Amino acid sequence: MKLTRRDYIKANAVAVAAGVAGIQGEANASNLVTDSDETNLKWSKAACRFCGTGCSVMVGTKEGKVVATHGDVKAEVNRGLNCVKGYFLSKIMYGKDRLTTPLLRMTDGKYDKNGEFTPVSWDMALDTMAEKFKAAIKKNGPTSIGMFGSGQWTVWEGYAASKLMKAGFGSNNIDPNARHCMASAVGGFMRTFGIDEPMGCYDDIEATDAFVLWGSNMAEMHPILWTRLTDRRLSAPDTKVAVLSTYQHRCFDLADIPMIFSPQTDLAILNFIANYIIQNDKVNKDFVSKHVNFRRGNDDIGYGLRPEHPLQKKAKNADKAGGSKPMSFDEYKAFVSDYTVEMASELSGVPENRLIELAELYADPKRKVVSFWTMGFNQHTRGVWANNLIYNIHLLVGKISTPGNSPFSLTGQPSACGTAREVGTFSHRLPADLVVKNPKHRAIAEKIWKIPSGVIPPKPGYHAVQHNRMLKDGKINAYWVQCNNNVQAAPNMNEETLPGYRNPEAFIVVSDPYPTVTAGAADLILPTAMWVEKEGAYGNAERRTQFWQQLVDAPDGAKSDLWQLVEFSKRFTTDEVWSKEVLDANPEFKGKTLYEVLYKNGNVDKFPLSETNKDYANDEANHFGFYLQKGLFEEYATFGRGHAHDLAPFDVYHKERGLRWPVVDGKETKWRFREGSDPYVKKGTGFEFYGKPDGRAVIFALPYEPAAESPDEEYDMWLSTGRVLEHWHSGSMTQRVPELYKAFPDAVVFMHPTDAKKRNLRRGQEVKVISRRGEIISRVETRGRNKPPVGLIFVPWFDASQLINKVTLDATDPISKQTDYKKCAVKVVATGRV
Amino acid sequence: MRKIAGLTAVALITLSGLAGTVFSEELITLRGGSVISEETNAPAMPKVENTDQRRVRNYPEQPPTIPHHIRGYEVSKNANKCLSCHARTRTGESQAPMVSVTHFMDRENQVLATVSPRRYFCTQCHVIQLDSKPLVENTFMDVEDIFKNGKAKQ
Repeated sequence: MKLTRRDYIKANAVAVAAGVAGIQGEANASNLVTDSDETNLKWSKAACRFCGTGCSVMVGTKEGKVVATHGDVKAEVNRGLNCVKGYFLSKIMYGKDRLTTPLLRMTDGKYDKNGEFTPVSWDMALDTMAEKFKAAIKKNGPTSIGMFGSGQWTVWEGYAASKLMKAGFGSNNIDPNARHCMASAVGGFMRTFGIDEPMGCYDDIEATDAFVLWGSNMAEMHPILWTRLTDRRLSAPDTKVAVLSTYQHRCFDLADIPMIFSPQTDLAILNFIANYIIQNDKVNKDFVSKHVNFRRGNDDIGYGLRPEHPLQKKAKNADKAGGSKPMSFDEYKAFVSDYTVEMASELSGVPENRLIELAELYADPKRKVVSFWTMGFNQHTRGVWANNLIYNIHLLVGKISTPGNSPFSLTGQPSACGTAREVGTFSHRLPADLVVKNPKHRAIAEKIWKIPSGVIPPKPGYHAVQHNRMLKDGKINAYWVQCNNNVQAAPNMNEETLPGYRNPEAFIVVSDPYPTVTAGAADLILPTAMWVEKEGAYGNAERRTQFWQQLVDAPDGAKSDLWQLVEFSKRFTTDEVWSKEVLDANPEFKGKTLYEVLYKNGNVDKFPLSETNKDYANDEANHFGFYLQKGLFEEYATFGRGHAHDLAPFDVYHKERGLRWPVVDGKETKWRFREGSDPYVKKGTGFEFYGKPDGRAVIFALPYEPAAESPDEEYDMWLSTGRVLEHWHSGSMTQRVPELYKAFPDAVVFMHPTDAKKRNLRRGQEVKVISRRGEIISRVETRGRNKPPVGLIFVPWFDASQLINKVTLDATDPISKQTDYKKCAVKVVATGRV
Repeated sequence: MRKIAGLTAVALITLSGLAGTVFSEELITLRGGSVISEETNAPAMPKVENTDQRRVRNYPEQPPTIPHHIRGYEVSKNANKCLSCHARTRTGESQAPMVSVTHFMDRENQVLATVSPRRYFCTQCHVIQLDSKPLVENTFMDVEDIFKNGKAKQ
């Protein structure tokens, strides 16, 4: 029965009255509490827990609980706005199934791979874990242990983990889930510019007059940047928005130039634009002659599959995927001349006039242009190439590093930049763009870390996809997963991940706040503190580093990733993990614990507890007896200061709404590589791409090559996977917020109505999505927010009960080792049930 | 794997303090008790809650969820169907809630003549609710309950 407003007032005759809490009137009376002791909330800033946009949020707490969150009006990134996920941050920590005790698989009181999860103490959990790690190292050396981390680790958690693995265990087998997300972007930056991360910043949005989205559904995945883009487009009506995708999504609602292209043909469109610029004499010759080199990249580089796969065997340059040779402008011109508008249109399915309109946005010297891309480029077996090719275009016309001219790689995770990339938690990296295979870089790291020469191994460790293959092959025997849900995320779960995790030769530890799919596949689960239950720092997509304080306590029994890492280090001595040669040459290290060597090293324990903020708790600092987070950050920052990765002093970040590095003389840098804006650019150069020895960026000649797997007669459709606005990644937080759950509870198969009809399917019907690797059961959606063309389906991956990664292919970019989650071949059939 | 009959994973976790309580792979709450390798039937497609009844917000700055269906509503650069009822000038006729005053503010918190274009795409913050039952309870506490509890304790 509906109550009208008048009925409601009549029924509630005793109306709201001002007064103090506790005055009991009629049963149905409601008093407005006005006592400030009661009504004041404690407001503190924090970075949003979700995407790489890096919105600042204000978090309201009361009596140890988060009671409200909203967008921070003082933050430049979001100016008071949040997306729907951000507005519900206040509920992500309060799922009823929070884990509060370590759980070990046991039978009859002993660890058993096939046992049941049994509550154990933290001591027993960490001792068992240490025993397994020691046994693995003793038997098969440091390459037999591994760690899988995250672009959602805080900066110091990633740093502490990387240090524990590389400087402690002497193993490079640490990789973040950012490998699934940003590795191709990193590869693109390193190859073209010799230094990672975007040259521009979000201020480009208000300064430009054209946006081109390449495989980026910003309206759902970077909603607050989309609000800024929308603001610009609608308030400055001459602004143009071009959207390229393999299916229609919400960004098309704002598109002036909408383009659906056939999967993988973005490579041809990119080369066509370069050709168009050259053919129409729109090259910025002055810029190109001063600031650019040309190189021909190796082609036919394979698909990052296991070496015995036929596609790998067939590839000419599978083992030299990143190789290249110098070439001249004229040779480059001849190379791209094949990519005519006719050829690009025929291959991609995009009409010629649209392609020309698109090319004009770049070619027209009077127009500024921002290119945005995310997973459409990065999750691509030619992802590094796609990144290189977009830089080619911006470099040819010199539209780079100036306000509004910006090739802008958007980041997926909140700290893929700040933690995974800048800290260098990849298997081949060290902090501040240093790499393990360079002996000078290792020496720098060993000096800062105060460890003997020779501890950091020169050989890169296993990358993300390789982790699961090596678990399956019995090469990794002790493995720790923190801050991610990789059994739900990693590709080809049936054939690689699950057999890997359940291999009797492997001991799997998973740290998580909630019992996720990955936790269920583990042998030991560690209950973990999250987000504002600990002091933290994230770095967003525009190089902005942001801090927050511990605002509430974690549930009893849950400990932060940082606490777990540092506490674990106490259980090892150097004698158990370092080689005899290293110890003989450095006897003063003999018998020391890794805790002493890595964290009580005079740097990390340098700052006393008195420097922590008394208005906030700090569980980790209090436990270890020094300001652990500050010590880790300051030691880490020494890697980048003076080397174009300068970070401000620790305490500054607790006051600011973030700063964009390099921060030199207290000033952040908005546009890198341009004189007058970037303090590292030499006077008189105009622009300087100082990541390269000669200060020149590289334009690469790279061809179109087909996808690893394309539809055929049996598997007759493309599958693309991705996220939805309401859920963050695998949904382990957002599926526990009732409002977000009810907004998008179950995954569906987005499909063109013609494809449904052809298979006698109706909307809502139950179907199987089947590939050569596995299948899921889902339901057909023909009129949702995503509108695929005929021949393609889209399935989101947030749903733990529809694990689409059973279906996806583990083909990767051979250079970046990042998986292509956007392209594989599937068929869709009715289950026969309703 | 052994299932513990009659208890959901959520219930088990809350009992985890009890000695001898064990769980198997069914502890993965969001899979509703099915093991990872198993495929379960897909739940029926839920319906949109279309009651037009306002829902209580968790806190005042929470964007209200949409209490009606929005199927076929166009929100594009050409048209915004939501504003045909919720725009300030339309609310007399529609009796729908007016978009809040924050929606008129630009990045500098200045009020504009009409809704700010940064707030143009409504569904970035406002979402419909389907009639699915949440898989796991959320123990978030309304701030008014927190201080009522505080009083009760005193």
